[in-house]
Parts: sequence; structure tokens; C-alpha cells
Amino acid sequence: MGSPVPGAQGTPPAAAGGTPPAASSTSPGLKPPTRRGSELFLLAFAALLVTIALILVEANQEQELTMRIVWLGLAYLGLLSVAHFAVRRWAPYADPVILPCVALLNGLGLVMIHRIDLAMADVKLPKGVVWSPAAPKQVLWTAIALVLFCTALKVLSDHRTLARYGYTCGFLGLVALVLPGVLPSFIAPEINGAKIWLSFGAFSIQPGEFAKILLMVFFAAFLVSKRELFTTAGRRVLGMDLPRARDLGPLVAAWLVGVSIMVLQKDLGSSLLFFGIVLVLLYVATERAAWVVLGVVMFCVGAVAAWKMFGHVQIRVQNWLDPFADAANKGYQIVQSLFGLGTGGLFGAGLGGGRPDQIPEANTDFITAVIGEELGFVGLAAVLLIYTVFAMRGMRGALAVRDTFGKLLGGGLAFAVAFQIFIVVGGVTKLIPMTGITAPFLSYGGSSLLANYILVALLLRISDAARAPKTTPKPRPQQPAIADQFTVMVERPK
Amino acid sequence: MQLTRAGFLVLLWLFVLAALRVVRSDLYAASGLRVPTPGLRRGAKKAAKGNKAPRQLVVTHGALAGTRISLDGRPILIGRADDSTLVLDDDFASTRHARLSMRGTDWYVEDLGSTNGTYLDRAKVTAPLRVPLGSPIRIGKTVIELRS
Repeated sequence: MGSPVPGAQGTPPAAAGGTPPAASSTSPGLKPPTRRGSELFLLAFAALLVTIALILVEANQEQELTMRIVWLGLAYLGLLSVAHFAVRRWAPYADPVILPCVALLNGLGLVMIHRIDLAMADVKLPKGVVWSPAAPKQVLWTAIALVLFCTALKVLSDHRTLARYGYTCGFLGLVALVLPGVLPSFIAPEINGAKIWLSFGAFSIQPGEFAKILLMVFFAAFLVSKRELFTTAGRRVLGMDLPRARDLGPLVAAWLVGVSIMVLQKDLGSSLLFFGIVLVLLYVATERAAWVVLGVVMFCVGAVAAWKMFGHVQIRVQNWLDPFADAANKGYQIVQSLFGLGTGGLFGAGLGGGRPDQIPEANTDFITAVIGEELGFVGLAAVLLIYTVFAMRGMRGALAVRDTFGKLLGGGLAFAVAFQIFIVVGGVTKLIPMTGITAPFLSYGGSSLLANYILVALLLRISDAARAPKTTPKPRPQQPAIADQFTVMVERPK
Repeated sequence: MQLTRAGFLVLLWLFVLAALRVVRSDLYAASGLRVPTPGLRRGAKKAAKGNKAPRQLVVTHGALAGTRISLDGRPILIGRADDSTLVLDDDFASTRHARLSMRGTDWYVEDLGSTNGTYLDRAKVTAPLRVPLGSPIRIGKTVIELRS
């Protein structure tokens, strides 16, 4: 007989140290690394990259190179370290890659917005057009967003509490989504053909951005509580279990909401995003391809109907199929964006070397076109890869977390960002019709930034719950005592 | 100008690679399940030489296949309950299905009044049975075994 394991009878957990060292290194008592150091390193790297980008822009635009740039870079690093210490304090086991990815994207967005400001100043100031730069406002929004991020991490100590407010979130989200569409135009003006803003004097918000998160919370909570309903098999067609007709209610409701956004607010992007999120959540919850197939069919029907009925959809599709047919007028945006990307080529014109003033809506919908022009395909691919890493880490957290609500919410949030960037870049590169939603973290826009930082806080919270060592549950301490008891088998009453 | 242009792109890609490096080293820790790295496993094998006491519980079939739990003398609860050591998401398992516990140097399996029963090597477990190394224990759709 080999070396007996010491203290076998009723061993307290501390006695695990008596086992050989090789085995104890895999024992569950070991704390997993928090990896906050890697996060700080990556954050510093991101801040450095952003500072270098700013220096390049200033140099290539023949601005004065002063110490101010370095201070700005350090200030950005300072802002990021506040977020880092908030994570260290309130979510120590959170994923180390998510925050640096966001920091780099946001910083790169700030630099590009500043760069577009410089271009616009060159165009507009000689003409004497009154115009205010967007970059300072976006810096302010970033600071506010980071404060909101820290608050969200502190207030929400367990993501599962959100599941309790599922229906409240759903109601608020629906109201926020539909509000701009139904309010009169003096408070909800129609800007560039889309009615998605609420304006209060000087500043305006886009409630749809927040609605996205609220509705995801609702759907995740709803699907967790009603999951059995959706897995009930109906008729079997072509090797797929179709759901029963009466279980289609939520899908039809989501479809109706999507269509009504398209009709009331003329916002194709949000409608596509919203419907995509619902479909993915349904698929994740039930693991059944039938839902996706059904949803895609319904989407196609809705899209074709919208195309037949509404003029603004027809224009979008026309611009997509052949933007050069009316290049100076209707197809102008997409044509300029394509020219920008073409000018950029493989390696880009260099930061500050492009002509972003030629691209309309350069700092919001078409910011990826500006990046493609100045950093080229190689740079844009890196940016897209950073988004991919972000979404991948979000999904990873969702896979590893133990509760179903967390899985659904995390998967949905990560997917939403990936899908949104697909819609944006797809539109800009003429893969799909241009729909006009913001690129998360990159684009100018306060609501988008605030909402997306809340999304990041939620993802970090979920990944923290996934990686944190399991706190010993209540019955644990009594278990050794139970193990010592002599177990008597009792016949079950038949 | 050309140099800075290329330099910035290189730095951008270095960031992506750095992020992926962190992801790679994080791969095992993030899953929540304890998957030993190759180096650790080698060490464990060396230590197990000449010592046939079970050191880990391995799930061989079912949704959790590949999961390993190292045995440290504490009893292992198996079932659908959240506080089980091995949480099964299996329609054929009961909330508290079975328990593995240690007596002396041997591990015993006992059924906790489950609906579908626990099987040790095709024999239904009605009273605590000693579990030899490598013999399969079937719980619902999940099969586990003890390994040294």
C-alpha cells in the first residue's frame, strides 16, 4: 500500500496541504490569478497608441507640437486607470482584455474625431461658417461615460439581480425605443431622415441606444423563465423541429417592433440590430436552428414588404445596388466612402494624411471609412480584430458563467456589439445597404458612448462572476460531518 | 511620414497580438473548470507512481465530458442542485443524485434516493459501494470514473 492520505476521516479542508505538492497545485483551494496586471499593461499600451496617433495627426496636419499632447495622453491614461482601479476594487476577477480593447477603440475614435474637426475647420472657417469642434464634447462624454461605468460596476454587485427587474426593463426599453417615433417633431426632430433623437435645447439623446441594453435584459430574463415553452417540439419539417404556432408570439412581437421602428422612425439599422439580437437570444436559449430559419424568413418578408411600400427604403436599396447611378446626389455618401477606402488602399494615407472632409457624416456613421482611408486595410482590419477580441471575450465570459441568465445576457451583449459593427462596416463598404447606426466606441455621440460603457460594465460583471473562485456555499462546512455519519438506506415508499 | 505610417500600423497590430497573448494565457483559468496544463499533469503523474489512491474524478461521457475534479478527501455531491460539487444539467439526474465519499483510503459511492438510480459498472447502487479505480459510474446520461 502506498503512502496513505493523511487525516482521511473528517478531514477539515485545511488538511489538503498534507497531500503531495504536485496534487495540491491543482487543488480547488488555489486562488486563480486575477490578471489585473495584464489589464493595466494593456491599458497603458492603449493609451500610448492613442497618444502616438494624436502626435501623428498633429504633425501631419502641421499643427504645433507642444507638451500639451503628452499631457492629453497622460490625462487619458489617468481616466483609464480610474476605470482600472474601479475594476480592481469591484470586479477583481473580470476579464483583463475587454477594458483595454474598449480603451483603444474609444481613444482612436477621439483622435479620429479630432482629426475630422481639423479637416472641417480648414473647410468651414474660411467661409465664415459658425461651427464648433466635436472632439472636446466627445472627451467630456468619455469622462461621463467612465464615471457611469464605475457607478454601474459598484451598484450592480451581482448581475443576477437584473433578472428580477426583467419586465420593468422591458417596459422602459420599449418606451425608450418607440418614444422618438411617436413624439411631435419639436421634441423629436427628424435628422437626416431618421427620427431617433430626443432633443432638449442644447443637447440631444438617442434613447434607442439604452433601449438596446434594457430590452436585452428583458429578453434574457424572459427566456430564462419561459425556456421550456420554446423547446416544446411542434411539427417536424425538413429535419427541423418547427415550434408550435402559439409559441411564436414573442418572435412575432419582436418582428412587429422591428417593423414599427422601420416605419415610424425610418431607422433601418436599429430595426435590423434589434431583430438580430432577439433571434440570437432565442437561438442561444433553445439551441434550435428552426428559430433562426423562421426569423430570417420573417425578416426577409418584412424587408421586401418595406422595400415595396416605403420610398426611403427604396432609395437605400438603390444606393446599395448602384451608388454611382446618382453619385452626386442620392448615392453621394456611399460613393464618397468608397472613394475614401479606395484612397486608403492597403496601408492607408497615414494619420492626418487623408481627406475626411470629403466624406459626409464622417465622425458618426462613416467613421470606419475615415479610418480605412487613413490607416488602410491593414489598420481597419486591426480595428475590426479588436472588436472581435472584445466580442470573443464577452462570449467566453458568457460560456463560463454558471447561471443561465448571465449566459444569455452576456452572449447577447457581446453579440450586439459584433453585429452592430458588422452593420456599420457592411454599410460603409457596400456589402449591405447603408443603414446609419453608430460604430460602438468609435463614433461621435454621447448616448452611444454612455450606453456602450454600461454594456461593458455588464460584461465585466458577468466575466467576473465566471472567473471568481466559488465562494463556499452554505452547506459546505457541514459536509465533512455528514460524511462521517453511517448512511442507512431507506426504502422509498412505492 | 512613411516610417511613422508603417510604425503606427505595426504598433496597432502589436496591441492585437498582446491582447491575444493575454487571452491565450488566460484560456485555462477563464473556464472555471480546472484543466491542468501539460506541465502540471506531468508532475502529477510522477507523484502518482507507486501510489494507487484515486486523485481525480473524470467525467468520461455526457455534457460535461472532460471535466476533472481533483479529490482532496472531501465528499463529492453530484446532482442538479447548484451547490453540488459536480453540477449536472441533465434531465435524467435528480437534484441530489449521488455522493462519493472517502473512508480510509477508499472512495464509496452512494445513491441519494435518485429517481433514475446510480449504476456502478452496470450494478445498481443500493447501498454504499466501494469504487475501484477506472470503473464507470453512470448517473443519468453522465458517466464518471476515478483515476489516480
